[in-house]
Amino acid sequence: MEQGQSPSAETPLLQVRGITRRFGEVVANDAVSLSVMPGQIHAVLGENGAGKSTLVRIIYGVIRPDAGTISLNGRPLRVTSPAEARRAGVGMVFQHFSLFEPFTVAQNIALALGGKAAALADRIRDVSRAYGLPLDPDALVADLSVGERQRVEIVRCLLADPRVIILDEPTSVLTPQEAEGLFATLRTLAGEGRAIIYITHRLREVRELCDAATILRHGRVVASVDPKTETAASLARHMVGADIPAVRAAPPAERPGAPLLHVRDLTLPADGPFGVALYGVSLDVRGGEVLAIAGVAGNGQRELFRALSGERLAQARGVICIGGHDVSLAGINARRAAGAAFVPEERLGHAAVPHMSLAGNLLLTRHAVDRDLVRRGVISWRRARQRTQRIIDEHDVRAARPDRPAAALSGGNLQKFVMGRALDRHPKVLVVNQPTWGVDAAAAAAIRQRLVDLARAGAAVLVISQDLDEIFQIADRIAVISRGELSPAVAVEETDRERIGLAMAGGFERRHAPGAGA
Amino acid sequence: MIVLRKRPAPSPLWRWLAPLLALALAVAAGALLFALMGHDPLQSLYVYFIEPLTSAWSLSELVVKATPLVLIGVGLAICYRANVWNIGAEGQLIAGAIAGSAIPVLLPGWNDPTALIAMLLLGALGGAAWAAVPAFLKTRFNANEILTSLMLVYVAGLLLDWLVRGPWRDPGGFNFPKTVSFEGWHVMPVLTGRVHIGAVLAVLAVLALWFVMARGRAGFAVRTVGAAPRAAMFGGFSEARVVWGVFLLSGALAGLAGIAEVAGSIGQLQPSISPGYGFTAIIVAFLGRLSPPAVLFAGLLLALTYLGGEAAQLALNISDKVAQAFQGLLLFFILAADTLVHYRITFRHRLSAGEGA
Repeated sequence: MEQGQSPSAETPLLQVRGITRRFGEVVANDAVSLSVMPGQIHAVLGENGAGKSTLVRIIYGVIRPDAGTISLNGRPLRVTSPAEARRAGVGMVFQHFSLFEPFTVAQNIALALGGKAAALADRIRDVSRAYGLPLDPDALVADLSVGERQRVEIVRCLLADPRVIILDEPTSVLTPQEAEGLFATLRTLAGEGRAIIYITHRLREVRELCDAATILRHGRVVASVDPKTETAASLARHMVGADIPAVRAAPPAERPGAPLLHVRDLTLPADGPFGVALYGVSLDVRGGEVLAIAGVAGNGQRELFRALSGERLAQARGVICIGGHDVSLAGINARRAAGAAFVPEERLGHAAVPHMSLAGNLLLTRHAVDRDLVRRGVISWRRARQRTQRIIDEHDVRAARPDRPAAALSGGNLQKFVMGRALDRHPKVLVVNQPTWGVDAAAAAAIRQRLVDLARAGAAVLVISQDLDEIFQIADRIAVISRGELSPAVAVEETDRERIGLAMAGGFERRHAPGAGA
Repeated sequence: MIVLRKRPAPSPLWRWLAPLLALALAVAAGALLFALMGHDPLQSLYVYFIEPLTSAWSLSELVVKATPLVLIGVGLAICYRANVWNIGAEGQLIAGAIAGSAIPVLLPGWNDPTALIAMLLLGALGGAAWAAVPAFLKTRFNANEILTSLMLVYVAGLLLDWLVRGPWRDPGGFNFPKTVSFEGWHVMPVLTGRVHIGAVLAVLAVLALWFVMARGRAGFAVRTVGAAPRAAMFGGFSEARVVWGVFLLSGALAGLAGIAEVAGSIGQLQPSISPGYGFTAIIVAFLGRLSPPAVLFAGLLLALTYLGGEAAQLALNISDKVAQAFQGLLLFFILAADTLVHYRITFRHRLSAGEGA
């Protein structure tokens, strides 16, 4: 770990000055500067689209800046590729992993760094032991959990002995307990005098982990603060530029309503090589309540949504009931007709046709259930436009007209439209997957408020989310999905983040119990 | 250097300018081609593109040639909207012609208006049946429809060849490979000159499909499946049903064009019944932006390239293969010009690497 000369405590290890980068009309980074001291864990905070990823990709040599300079240890750093950046002492752990599943850990690392896998195995063991990243070099990547795969990426990064380590939203795929383990590792690394740049939009982590924070908004640095002296609200204000209203929820009704969404023992095989099988999923959502399903990404959320929406049918009768109707073998429009509405995770390409008008996208979910819009197979575009305008007005969808294509809207506004399209029918049952994924904080707050309001008005609301903060804000009961199994739901007052975190790690599973095999 | 930058959304202006630019470039390339062959380019272009429009006879010929192009092109336009690549319309045309000709060949005594209607229906059915094969292979086995539909063209051509040389050969035809000449109600009624009622059917098909695509739920399903299959599934549309629907529709229209050609312009079944209308209609569909009303005009334009080719052969002694070369140039430039719909061209002096964030 020793480096030639030890820099003095006052010299920043990494200094970024005046970085500017445009993509067409969009200025992704506008004269961005930041300094990271040795031993510092430095947060780069901002909403989606604020320019965080562009900034670190420039530092890591993936993108070249239009203007500005970077220096490492006081010397100018000019890299034109990630390989050069690694040689210069900058390492990065990406949000999306680049691992080959059929190969072992050591083989994957050898592919990236060169050399023989066998020769690397000892070094991998040393590094993983030294930094609390337990890893078996001979394990197949295909058998590893998402958290373990992230460890492979981190170890691969550390084997190059970087002075500066960049992590992009590393906890989005971790349980709270795994995140704690990662934080301990990062503190060890910082203790050795390395600089760590930590990208996130999770304020809780910034205050817990980081010594400094640079906050970006619309590509500009709006504040450089010491997060230990800030509150979550003040950090959010910097990020968003305005106060975010808290979600207000009346307490749930004294006597809960009848179960409007009822799922009994839903089992489905995986629908492809990268799919997750669902195993014995049971749940009830009663009118008036929000049931949230927590879980690490890729544990069957997408598959559960598709099974509930009817995009994929159940294998037998009596498995899924909506409002008392058995819809197990009925398609998505029959389920809509039974009073349900659905909001999938991916807005463009799943919830909406990107280059189709908003009115067309309204028709997408209404053509079979709204007799005013389609009669005898003929569409009334006039009525479709009227209804679309109503949704735009009532749900505060900005920069929208019924004839504008869905792809022209920002993520937050399109999500408001997609939510509005579902809420406009006053559904008895709403199933929504990742309601605020990639949505700016103000729009996210508005969407969460709508979900709670819908439930309090008597609907059964099922929210699948990876964001525990969101879940604890809006849920009445929480269940956890892990490897296609669903834990029993518990009331939000009777649980806490730690217990949910343990369940997210699979503590409740029957099929994957220790020794049962996968 | 030249840099292509993706537009945030496809440009509506360039959607319509692109085919006009392609046409201009194809004409320019055609002029160059004539010049290289030693002809005066301006005079050649006049013979090719203007002269056919100056006489009543050639105007009616234009409609005769545009009829199959429009009938097939409008069906293919719907097909391609669904992202289904039926390029076997030539084979579906032949299959339709064979099926429809069964009545005059096998039941020559049935010669009244109902026989003609039955011929047209059989023609559409034959084309649809030929198109059903790639539809089945795609929906059942996920087989690439480009290959299967194209290969069936040659099967249909050989089937036709065998029929007119073998079992369906006219016994009194001096051993020529052809069927009996169609007569009476086995021939399409004529409107004017050689223009037969097939032209009316083509216009009706355009109008009907224009309405279906703009206002019909079926057209909406086709557009959705073509643009975003997962969103279509979320809308409750079945991709397999759309694949079947557009294949059967485009096959039926190609088959109708086939029987209309045999019962209208030719009057009998013979080894060659089409100068590649089924392939040229692909260009018609693209030049018409996959939009039914525009396909009508694109069909007339491509019909002009056939007429011009014949005129140039007579007046300038140029091979009529020039017509095919010209059609190929046109498709080439359309596909190239379509880049401008999705990308903007900018010029800059220095390379600055990097891709989207």
